[in-house]
Amino acid sequence: MNGLLALVRRLGRGVTDAVWRLGFAARFFGLLLLYSGQSLLRVHLTIREVYFSGVLSLLIIVVSGLFVGMVLGLQGYETLQRFGSGDALGVLVALSLTRELGPVVAALLFASRAGSAVTAEIGLMKATEQLKAMDMMAVNPIARVVAPRFWGGVISMPLLAALFSAMGVFGGWLIGVVLIGVDEGAFWSQMQAAVDFRFDVVNGVIKSVVFGAAVSLIAVFEGYDCTPTAEGVSRAITRTVVSSALAILALDFVLTSFMFRGQS
Amino acid sequence: MSSNSSATLVQLQDVRFAYGERVILRGIDLDIPRGKVVAIMGGSGCGKTTLLRLIGGQLRASGGTVNVAGQDLSRLSTRELYALRRRMGMLFQFGALFTDMSVFDNVAFPLREHTDLQPELIRDLVLMKLNAVGLRGAATLKPAELSGGMARRVALARAIALDPMLIMYDEPFAGLDPISLGVIGQLIRRLNDALGASTIMVTHDILESLQIVDYVYFISEGRIVAHGTPDEIRASTDPFVQQFIHAEADGPVPFHYPAEPLAHSLLGRGAA
Repeated sequence: MNGLLALVRRLGRGVTDAVWRLGFAARFFGLLLLYSGQSLLRVHLTIREVYFSGVLSLLIIVVSGLFVGMVLGLQGYETLQRFGSGDALGVLVALSLTRELGPVVAALLFASRAGSAVTAEIGLMKATEQLKAMDMMAVNPIARVVAPRFWGGVISMPLLAALFSAMGVFGGWLIGVVLIGVDEGAFWSQMQAAVDFRFDVVNGVIKSVVFGAAVSLIAVFEGYDCTPTAEGVSRAITRTVVSSALAILALDFVLTSFMFRGQS
Repeated sequence: MSSNSSATLVQLQDVRFAYGERVILRGIDLDIPRGKVVAIMGGSGCGKTTLLRLIGGQLRASGGTVNVAGQDLSRLSTRELYALRRRMGMLFQFGALFTDMSVFDNVAFPLREHTDLQPELIRDLVLMKLNAVGLRGAATLKPAELSGGMARRVALARAIALDPMLIMYDEPFAGLDPISLGVIGQLIRRLNDALGASTIMVTHDILESLQIVDYVYFISEGRIVAHGTPDEIRASTDPFVQQFIHAEADGPVPFHYPAEPLAHSLLGRGAA
């Protein structure tokens, strides 16, 4: 009986904690948007974060994009040539990258490279009382520290995803055309004919903007909300990477079901 | 300095503070006169730092009133509280310097955030503040390259960047060698007098403090148990003050955390 009671009590506490945290996150997001205006006016703060989140993620994005494209080239050709349509390799590579792999894989990489760094930085600033010190100097930490990092991520993400897709297409070309010997003209012209700007490219960009906002929000929130100890910061970083990955994949399903309902 | 001309800068009346059920402070009455250096002393975890947070407006009192420069903190909006904080400087226990900025940029931070001064003027002001704490030569260093005492002095320069009316110190002496300790102590007194500011210092370092302060409050278990000028404190017969001054292990503040008798624990009849 006592064990059952304890179980119910623990369940109840878990639920109220989760609801409380969700409410806190929503309030945090509200404040973040409220103070975004004054931090976006000081554009150099956001540019600095675009450098730290975006530019410093370039290497991993470019290299991963290239390899993903090369794998697509190999696998795609393998399947397509069974149906005698090896020439359509360009279409396959470009569509899978712009619609899905570009935004999703780039966002997963971005979460583990830049999201974790943002959480660690804000968490350590909290643990060493830097956020409190800033608050005591009458400088709002959400406006000065959190908002620029959030917007830096939102701006970087679509650019990184685009670069990822471009590198992927290059990788697919490298394997398909240069190595296997697919006709170069067919590769590019079929791609050009099949990829629609509004339907494929813009939808991909919309996805990456949504992923960028989700990952950045999770990263800044986990950092801001972490327990200010070494252990607390390390847990917050883990949570950032795990929740970001889940959020990206879940949001991807929702967005895909709205965008691509099998009309084409 | 302020529209309020009374001789008291900070006034706490019957202040109570609790985290949920856990009461940290109760019945605190305390005055900080303008121009004075006041120490708040007590053992670790007695609520001293909480008291500082209440005065800085980072925590709100559960009961009673906290008045700073004639303003009741509980009635201020965030904007008004920030306006008040621009006239306060606070030194955190380990400095809390921004680790991604140089010493110079750390001290320039409040000036850049709150003023529209030209870069040349900011540079001059920062160098003057750094000179006041003896670290003009360290302007280009990063916080990671500083010793504990130096970091504390840089944080002090940053805290006085906007010439505050009130400077608060959270354990300014913790973890310092005797020389740095003396340096910081002298700086606290000198800067207070030079700036015409008032100072609140939370510490448990009694010998160093009694040399530089004008008034002392002792806190134990969330209450003020004794107060007076340094001379009154030295002459005090209060057992708590005596235990504190002479650093005795046992007295009104017990050596042992409350527990059942040792024999019970050892014979296995207790819970532990």
